[in-house]
Amino acid sequence: MENLQLLISGLANGCVYGLIALGFVLIYKATEAVNFAQGDFMMLGAFVTIGLTNTEYMGLPFMVALPISIGLMALLGYLLDRFVIRQMFGESQVAVVILTISLGFVIRFVAGLIWGHNPQTLQNPLAGKDLNFGGLVLGMEDVAVIIVTVLLTTVLFAFFNRTKLGLAMQASSQNQLAAYYMGIPVKRVQGFIWALAGAVACIAGILFAAKGAVDPNTGLLGIKAFAAAVIGGFGSLPGALMGGLIVGVIEPFASRYIAAGYSQVAPYALLLAVLVFRPHGLFSQVRVKKV
Amino acid sequence: MSDPILKIRNIESFYGPIMAIRGVSLDVHKGQVVSILGANGAGKTTLMKTVSGVMDPEKGTIEFEGEQIQGMEPHMIVNRGIVHIPEGREVFPLLTVNENLSLGAYTLKDKAQIERDRELVFSYFPILKERRNQEAGTLSGGQQQMLAIGRGLMGNPRIMLLDEPSLGLSPLLVQEIFGILRRLNEEQNMTMMLVEQNASAALELAHHGYVMEVGRIVMDGPASELMASEDIQNFYLGVQEEGVRENRRWKRKKTWR
Repeated sequence: MENLQLLISGLANGCVYGLIALGFVLIYKATEAVNFAQGDFMMLGAFVTIGLTNTEYMGLPFMVALPISIGLMALLGYLLDRFVIRQMFGESQVAVVILTISLGFVIRFVAGLIWGHNPQTLQNPLAGKDLNFGGLVLGMEDVAVIIVTVLLTTVLFAFFNRTKLGLAMQASSQNQLAAYYMGIPVKRVQGFIWALAGAVACIAGILFAAKGAVDPNTGLLGIKAFAAAVIGGFGSLPGALMGGLIVGVIEPFASRYIAAGYSQVAPYALLLAVLVFRPHGLFSQVRVKKV
Repeated sequence: MSDPILKIRNIESFYGPIMAIRGVSLDVHKGQVVSILGANGAGKTTLMKTVSGVMDPEKGTIEFEGEQIQGMEPHMIVNRGIVHIPEGREVFPLLTVNENLSLGAYTLKDKAQIERDRELVFSYFPILKERRNQEAGTLSGGQQQMLAIGRGLMGNPRIMLLDEPSLGLSPLLVQEIFGILRRLNEEQNMTMMLVEQNASAALELAHHGYVMEVGRIVMDGPASELMASEDIQNFYLGVQEEGVRENRRWKRKKTWR
């Protein structure tokens, strides 16, 4: 029973990691650049929602604030690509990496200036309620996180496989040059992907802030999500989610059964093991090109 | 003859500081197949990329149906009906055959038209219909080439730019693919600009041929004339005149130099 409870709370955490990892992979696949500010996007999304809903700020109804904050974060992602990242076209990968790292710092400080450095929780309709299944007590938020992640994954899956824009996104990430030849406006599609990554990060942030407190340094969680993405296989969307879940589940079990101090390194020990034994990740999609 | 559908005048393209095309002019007429022959590094692929907008020329003009298109974004050029079928297939490996074909029609809106085109592609390449739910990366090289051509057809092109469709294929497959290209030209009146190293296959298909060397066009003429030309026979078709010591391939000079 205790293990089951650990598993559920681990899964809920893992969903958040998985969603951040998803953002990493989305952008990496489309643009071959890694957005190290993805964790800070998540944090910013959480604070934007807090700013819109919490009574000490604007106090909008939760259901009204939700679409607004997701829309705002998507817009931020799009504008960032349009006016910052695209200017770096043709520069080295390292330049883009450093740019996004510094962007993360900027977001962290701006968030600190606006919302302060104290941890805050998102006021939401589910807060503090429990579900009781014959002795198994689950926080409503944990259950909601898992359900929302499953829904979001399904929607994203359908979007990528059923819609024209989704297909175009897959195409431009698999073979950018060929996408140009097909008449796909690759740059515009990349802008949409940044917007999508912003929206997904915002949802992750909302979920995170609903079940725990956020402060501006929460964005550093992105590092853990990055590890999750690598474990799952960078460049594979299902892999990113699975990696997130694995890291999320390992954590509570490690802190329960392994001595404190060692338990925190468990996800990274796994990362090392994966890099040594399966360098492409657990769920990678690698195809050799035929000539 | 009527005005050419594609008119290239004095195009110059660069890779960084390296001049890859040094003032090329050529014409393609409607319903014609034009072949461009040349060795590696002659600038054939660069010329194609410049027409389809993936590269921008420094100088010169490209006129398509009376409008200048040089330097436009690639998707604007595809919109006008110029479809580039790249060298080395370049299919989307993790998408199915059907999805690859759908992406070929990315610029089109009319759903019924797209389905008609899909049936047309399947009628020319029955193997694609058989494999339509398979990932493109799992197809053989020849099937991938067919998919690349089929995907190009889905864009409802007014002219197809074919870059080395014979690359890496067995002689039998080359024959099959060129047979299909000929049918496309005859039955659909498809205009084509074809870049090839396989000179005999290309000249058999083409109405008109150009020969490129180090970024310039050094010779052009009707395909039958080119095929009969001694230079082409020696340097591109590999015909050897036997028994004449002084005329050995490595000693001879090309007449256009």
